[in-house]
Amino acid sequence: MSEVRVTRKGLRGERPGREAIPGKTGDDARRWRRKGRAEQPMVPEPEFTSYYGKPVLNPPVWEARDIAGYLFLGGLAGGSSLLAAGADLTGRPELARAAKAGAGAAITLSLAALIHDLGRPARFLNMMRVFKVTSPMSVGTWLLSGYGPAAGVAAASALTGRLPRIGAAATVGAAVLGPAVAAYTAALISDTAVPAWHDGYREMPFMFTGSAAMAAGGLGLLAAPAAESGPARNLALLGQVMEMAAFERMTRRIGMTAEPYRAGRGGAYIRAGQVLGALGATGAALSGTPLVRGARPRRVVAALSGAALLGASAATRWGVFHAGMESARDPKYTVVPQRQRLAELSAPAGRPVGLPPA
Amino acid sequence: MTTIEVRIGPRPDSGPDGMDSYPGEQPRMGFFTDTSVCIGCKACEVACKEWNRVPEDGLVLTGMSYDNSVGLGADTWRHVAFIEQQRPLGVTDGDPGAGDGGASGGDGAGGDGAGGDGGLRWLMASDVCKHCTHAACLDVCPTGALMRTEFGTVVVQADVCNGCGYCIPACPYGVIDQRKEDGRAWKCTLCYDRLGAGMEPACAKACPTDSIQFGPLEELRERAATRVEQLHAAGEDSARLYGHDPGDGVGGDGAFFLLLDEPEVYGLPPDPVVTTRDLPSMWRHAGAAAATLAGLAAVSFAAGVLGERLGLGGRR
Repeated sequence: MSEVRVTRKGLRGERPGREAIPGKTGDDARRWRRKGRAEQPMVPEPEFTSYYGKPVLNPPVWEARDIAGYLFLGGLAGGSSLLAAGADLTGRPELARAAKAGAGAAITLSLAALIHDLGRPARFLNMMRVFKVTSPMSVGTWLLSGYGPAAGVAAASALTGRLPRIGAAATVGAAVLGPAVAAYTAALISDTAVPAWHDGYREMPFMFTGSAAMAAGGLGLLAAPAAESGPARNLALLGQVMEMAAFERMTRRIGMTAEPYRAGRGGAYIRAGQVLGALGATGAALSGTPLVRGARPRRVVAALSGAALLGASAATRWGVFHAGMESARDPKYTVVPQRQRLAELSAPAGRPVGLPPA
Repeated sequence: MTTIEVRIGPRPDSGPDGMDSYPGEQPRMGFFTDTSVCIGCKACEVACKEWNRVPEDGLVLTGMSYDNSVGLGADTWRHVAFIEQQRPLGVTDGDPGAGDGGASGGDGAGGDGAGGDGGLRWLMASDVCKHCTHAACLDVCPTGALMRTEFGTVVVQADVCNGCGYCIPACPYGVIDQRKEDGRAWKCTLCYDRLGAGMEPACAKACPTDSIQFGPLEELRERAATRVEQLHAAGEDSARLYGHDPGDGVGGDGAFFLLLDEPEVYGLPPDPVVTTRDLPSMWRHAGAAAATLAGLAAVSFAAGVLGERLGLGGRR
């Protein structure tokens, strides 16, 4: 291959190595070009360019059942612990028992899902090697290691009737940590490069805690008798409003990155959540008015709407999960907003977004 | 070959480029990948796999020019991208040092320049972990498995990683990934084992055109700046550096590039930002949302109690 000739005056025809200039390769290159056998470029150039449409990011390897499931269950647990403490405080024993049992079960399932999702489940204790405030997952681990036992003890005490004092203390502890458990998961998914998750970081926590309130209230409506479920109904309705408002605000603010929340699998789950939420909220409101007469019909309406609200919360979490996955898989959501950002930086002389530079 | 002398000293307050968690006085080492001299031989891919014993992960015909490895992942730590463009290569007839007048092709963005006859421009680039100054993977790792080495590089400790997968969506470049059969996250180590023994990384060692250059980052940055000037003088206006600037969203890359087109053409993000830059704000918003949730619960019970007092619904 080498065309270097050794002459008396030294090497001739030496290639320039790392000093090489593209195109300056001598006659060979010119002949190649004249053959006119260039192929069509394989990457179409619509409004943005990418490498063969391949994602820029590596999408999360998390399973929807485990992680979307945890987002839902963690919220349900955190919200229920608040409901349990309030029910204890205002003398609503049935609601308290249901909420404590719900929180205990939800957080147990959460831990199982989180460990199951690890690539090396046997090493889950490695999470406790360090505490890092830069890692929401590390913060969450320590949060759960405080909250989980508290919620578990509160549930066990409520269901068995034993150790009431320790149970009461655990209930208070779980209620203190509960809101943090429900809210930190928003920071958990936002603290990634996944566009639909990261860009929504301002509203996501409010969406998540709203969803948590809706789920916990829904469980209260489902499991507690009508005479005690008033606060659960209030919480569910307030949560539903907050979740919807936060979602609307987020999707309006983040521009094109909101597309996966409206289309595809993520959009379908989100819409299902909105329909279930609207049905559940209507039913919940009805069950609290004199329009539904009698104890039994009222109980049935409350239980059905509670189930719908639980379903709505779960569907929203699945929707957020899948929207994020979709936004990671499509290079459009990585490239176009970053191009816009660069264009705004170089404005007003900025060139049209998405076009290669002149 | 670049030999390096290993020096480990007391931990300084802050590392080069304002890097935190930098534990030594060893100069920061990195890669300068000059794609303008890449010939797409994939020796780097092979050398990396061999040295690091990275498992085979499928050798497929992708239809993406000569690309067989698609992108960086758990089992692809060097990836050579191939891009075919209907653009004339910047043809230079004169002496590259002559500057003006020597260029006749330009960067081809205008379609057919003076030397343009619709020829094929074939871009090749060997991609690798960027070893960011502010590395999101390292920030979000909950086990401490990801660490900053004395060379300023970012390495996964395989005996600590529990496969939580958080680093994978955190990386703004799509570098690190999970090895399915193994469960843990893997990526380029910048041949930590070789560096420790005073050797250069396997890919740089194998690169026949010095497209992959290894050395102290300061030196590489100077060399890269000179190289861009040289290419511009030769009329290759499309040459630009990527990841060299300590002022960018990740604080500069330990492995940076000279590209001949926009970064996204090569599958690189045009303006990557370390996700943890917004984390303080995320924590503030999460805190406010948690407080709001507690407030909603309080209001819910207060309204319930008020309703009872007023005799509206509720308990009897």
